[in-house]
Amino acid sequence: MLPTSTAAAEAAFRDERAAVLATLIRQLGDFQLAEDALQDAFAAAIVAWERDGVPERPGAWIMTAARRRAIDRLRRDRVLADRVERLGQLALLESAGDPADADALPSGLGDDRLRLIFTCCHPALAMPARIALTLRSLGGLTTGEIARAFLVEESAMAQRIVRAKRKIATARIPYRIPPDEELPERLAGVLAVVYLVFNEGWSASAGDRLVRGELCTEAIRLGRLLVRLMPDDPEVAGLLALMLLHDSRRAARVDEHGALVALDDQDRSRWDQGRIREGTLLLDAALRRRRAGAYQLQAAIASLHANSPSPDETDHAQIAALYGELARRTPSPVIDVNRAAALGRAGSVRQGLALLAPLLADAALARYVPLHAAHADLLERSGDAGGAAAAYALAARCADNGVARAELRRRAARLAAG
Amino acid sequence: MPQYMLLIYSPGRTPEQAEAEGPQWFAYTQELIDAGAMRAGDALEGSDTATTVRVRDGETVITDGPFAETKEALAGYYTIEVDDLDAALAWAAKIPNVGYGSIEVRPVMAIPSMPTA
Repeated sequence: MLPTSTAAAEAAFRDERAAVLATLIRQLGDFQLAEDALQDAFAAAIVAWERDGVPERPGAWIMTAARRRAIDRLRRDRVLADRVERLGQLALLESAGDPADADALPSGLGDDRLRLIFTCCHPALAMPARIALTLRSLGGLTTGEIARAFLVEESAMAQRIVRAKRKIATARIPYRIPPDEELPERLAGVLAVVYLVFNEGWSASAGDRLVRGELCTEAIRLGRLLVRLMPDDPEVAGLLALMLLHDSRRAARVDEHGALVALDDQDRSRWDQGRIREGTLLLDAALRRRRAGAYQLQAAIASLHANSPSPDETDHAQIAALYGELARRTPSPVIDVNRAAALGRAGSVRQGLALLAPLLADAALARYVPLHAAHADLLERSGDAGGAAAAYALAARCADNGVARAELRRRAARLAAG
Repeated sequence: MPQYMLLIYSPGRTPEQAEAEGPQWFAYTQELIDAGAMRAGDALEGSDTATTVRVRDGETVITDGPFAETKEALAGYYTIEVDDLDAALAWAAKIPNVGYGSIEVRPVMAIPSMPTA
């Protein structure tokens, strides 16, 4: 067992790391220096707390210690041209005491973590770098954990993070909440990063680990943080609701052998009712603001599934209508495929097949698994078992995910046998 | 304040197209000057007038044309001094050819001891 002080230091570190780091970066104007100083402070905390006991406010202790370590590091760094000026600023902070650190760390638009999120998700960084930096700085994952989640060598992931931090410093990517005229677009970029993290965990594009749960958990944690920081934006709430509603099915969508269980076949008693309730309440509150967006629409679809007692009692016509609204805003074959599948289940099989016809003729979608799976389902509903078996077999040949492939083969075999 | 070089890349243009665009470039340059952001800037003759020089094993090798043949060629640059990357990107997005060409935004390296003219 860890000594109490080490455990306390680790707990404080995990809980407050992002908030302390975010404030340090603002005060120091230097991402790397802030991280190094924070690491120093953590090491110091283990020693000091072992000796003197755990302080009353561990987060504030770590903040003060980290700032002193940063001053030490700056003093040692003789190359830094502006270090005198920066030391002066820090000394000022030190003597005045920073009211922001003294009490509970602030929330709302003044929170440094919001600045940090916008910096980590800046469009001047490549998407993989945004994801890695966000998870490392704001999430609770180590570089090694992020590397494993994305099936990348740890050294490569570390390099990706270092390079991103260097670009932030050298190109002077600003550390601030974007001005009003840029905010909607930049916020959409932040939400996209969080949702990509969730989807990476949810769908695992390669390999047989269908649910890389830690990424889903981490994305939801980031979603909660964003809702706390930007409580008035319905799309922020919509994204969190969407992730919670999907994640409510986590335990039910993979069986004991690790095989994918289709939505219809899932044991609904294993759906997480707490997540469904939280997601549904968030969504309802967001929708009342009457500024629907893509995340709220998707969450509304997920909530119709989640709150239905059985597949047959689900309002598929309403789901098809919501997909239609999504397609109107952001046309995409992915949405059309889902809409066609919902139309089929709502009894509008011919309408669904008609919607798929142009997609099936598109060479770019020739290997798109959900398209062939939806096509197979519609054909089966239309009474064409042979065509459905062939479409499932085609979908299985295109599938990268071993678990999904096995399920598609099983369906093809069932139809061929029947 | 940091400086950025805005490297202007453009596909080939006819003289008529280039001439028609002239007033926009003057207006843009004036806007940079009025904002106090302008440090330097030039337009370049076409890449068909370029000559590339290398010295290899003590021997000077001269070749006709630019190093790499691409659809877009370097057509000019501005050096600006602004608060941060966002400000530089905002200026880049207003360069007259940005609708059909592209602008590479590069931070200028700060070398305090570099001799200046």
